[in-house]
Amino acid sequence: MNNPYDPYPVTIKEIKTETADRSLKTFTFAFIHQADEAAFSYRSGQFAMLSVPRVGEIPIGIASAPSEKGIVKFTVFKTGKVTTFLHNMKQGDVMGIRGPMGNGFPLEQMTKKNLLIIGGGFAFTTLRSTIITLMQPDVRDQYGTIDVVYGARNPGMLLYQDELDQWCRQPGINMHITVDETDDPDWPHHTGFVPAVAGECAPESTGNSVAIVCGPPVMIKFTRPVLADLGYGDENILMSLENRMKCGIGMCGRCNIGQELVCRDGPVFTLAYLNKTPGEF
Amino acid sequence: MIIINKTDLAGAMTRAQETYLLSGPVETFHGHTFRHLEPGQTPDLSYQHTLVSPKAVVFPPSDPLLTFSGNDWTGPDLAGLPPQAAVGIRPYDAKALHLLKYNFDTPEYKDPFFLSRFENLTLVGLAENQPDPANFSTSCGTGPFDETGLDMLLVDLGDALAGKILTDKGEAFARAAGLVPIPAEKKTAVASTIAELKTRAEKSMTSPREFGSLDPVSTLDLYEQADWEALAFGCINCNTCTFVCPTCWCFDIQDEARGQKGVRLKLWDSCMSALYSAHASGHNPRQQGWQRFRNRFMHKLKYFADKYGAGPMCVGCGRCIRLCPAGIDIRTIHQALSRLEAVT
Ligand SMILES: Cc1cc2nc3c(=O)[nH]c(=O)nc-3n(C[C@H](O)[C@H](O)[C@H](O)COP(=O)(O)OP(=O)(O)OC[C@H]3O[C@@H](n4cnc5c(N)ncnc54)[C@H](O)[C@@H]3O)c2cc1C
Ligand code: SF4
Ligand code: SF4
Ligand code: FES
Repeated sequence: MNNPYDPYPVTIKEIKTETADRSLKTFTFAFIHQADEAAFSYRSGQFAMLSVPRVGEIPIGIASAPSEKGIVKFTVFKTGKVTTFLHNMKQGDVMGIRGPMGNGFPLEQMTKKNLLIIGGGFAFTTLRSTIITLMQPDVRDQYGTIDVVYGARNPGMLLYQDELDQWCRQPGINMHITVDETDDPDWPHHTGFVPAVAGECAPESTGNSVAIVCGPPVMIKFTRPVLADLGYGDENILMSLENRMKCGIGMCGRCNIGQELVCRDGPVFTLAYLNKTPGEF
Repeated sequence: MIIINKTDLAGAMTRAQETYLLSGPVETFHGHTFRHLEPGQTPDLSYQHTLVSPKAVVFPPSDPLLTFSGNDWTGPDLAGLPPQAAVGIRPYDAKALHLLKYNFDTPEYKDPFFLSRFENLTLVGLAENQPDPANFSTSCGTGPFDETGLDMLLVDLGDALAGKILTDKGEAFARAAGLVPIPAEKKTAVASTIAELKTRAEKSMTSPREFGSLDPVSTLDLYEQADWEALAFGCINCNTCTFVCPTCWCFDIQDEARGQKGVRLKLWDSCMSALYSAHASGHNPRQQGWQRFRNRFMHKLKYFADKYGAGPMCVGCGRCIRLCPAGIDIRTIHQALSRLEAVT
């Protein structure tokens, strides 16, 4: 019986500070054993347990795309015990990752559809994975329009700024970037909360559109009515949830919504499905 | 079928210990507890119930998942576990271990910590001739003489114990303990004594109400329409009910370290505690105590029952009823939810 609590050893290949306040860093890991890399085959929207020996383990969404071979990336917000320790680690340090976990986004079921991707704060990490996956030339043609609404508190808090700039210039993807506030008079993007900007900029559903929503609970709450106004049916709204997790494999019981376990049955659910559950997220 | 004089029990246990790690009921200052027996120690089969359930034989309160030395880690060697036997376990507690298995043995993942112990375990049950007043196990699909989850069932006949061998594992245990089958002609008499004791025990139970299905009501109706705040009135979220329960399986994972050495532990946890479901952001989907109370009872009586079709996640041991400082009784909660069932 193999031990699902035993992480794969990885080395930290690169650490990049993402935001002006240094609260978010992206860690790039390389597997120490090649067999582990093959076993860790994932899809965008899945997460993993980052395992810092002697400190603890935390669930983090996978920020890299399966097409980025040889590495896995995670963007981590410094908030408590494990994340702070991780932020102080160095390139070359050894730690563990366990996973991949959860269901991820069912992208292959969405071909030929128009996609609306809405993200807020650092929940944008797995959406990076999705965007990179979708923008591969051989994949991009399989979908209709792609619109992305992404917001952060202020310009300094936006993740992946180089890539955002690149996507803004790139054909095939419509970027709608927003910040809650800025004192920069030359700020070229939107100001305002994500739900409001989505209401203004996001395309209405053609009946053949899917929305993917990833963000803090309050953002999700206010985005729901906006999507309804835009004509997205609940069965075409996919949400990625972040209930508190420990085991990641559906056993510790912590992340449940009714009888569903967010770590194993999710974290991605359609809103139509969630409407039938007690909605504890 | 075997018969063993109580005066011979200690000798049989000593023989069994040559093959098995034994656990059983032991008297302590606070009451009985179920724990590993030292060499030569005999289980106290005169007990009524243990305060905390014996689930620790397969799911210890603190279980090392990994041991760290610097940045290296290793898992324990689970393949080398010696066979274990739980001697004198109550039938409802044995059933509870089988209910736990639904959680730890899934198509997607297997928990080797639980399963390696479970598969290695022989369950030597002890029927309850005079059930405790809080025991309502017959309402939960088991009972004081229930044989289903056991490898052997011992029945107290006064000076002696009768033992019904139920599985190959039970047979192997009897052999290791040197227990020899009784002659065929005596079997019928013993069997009818056991049947009489069983009927008497079950009749004496005061909670005959069927404690099973809330099927006709939808999850959302139970969740939204029951007056959970009123039901939870008095609950101080002390966690006692969850820690003593044989069917509660929630756990936490924490690292403990001193210098370069450390260990990652799987630790019993409780859905009654506020930290349990608090997000790192501080947002908590079950912020209020009564919301956590609702989750516990919905899990026991509805989510589990619907998910596995194996009845409630409760075996009617009565521990949570006996020990709740607020006098909350799962039978009352079930009754309130059933009333809702009658209305909708
Ligand atoms: C599926 C999933 C994906 C995720 N993806 C990401 C990601 O991509 N990037 C990312 O940065 N994070 C992500 N998270 C969140 C991440 O798991 C947490 O930030 C992390 O577990 C925090 O760990 P910690 O040990 O640093 O914090 P802890 O030490 O556990 O505590 C975190 C903070 O919360 C506070 N806190 C703890 N308990 C409570 C409480 N009861 N009430 C109020 N405050 C409390 C602490 O004081 C501390 O400030 C994800 C979570 C999930 C479930
Ligand atoms: S034992 Fe009683 S008071 Fe304590 S958490 Fe359970 S129901 Fe609430
Ligand atoms: S819920 Fe109460 S009565 Fe039921 S098994 Fe648990 S402790 Fe026993
Ligand atoms: S994190 Fe343990 S059950 Fe989901």
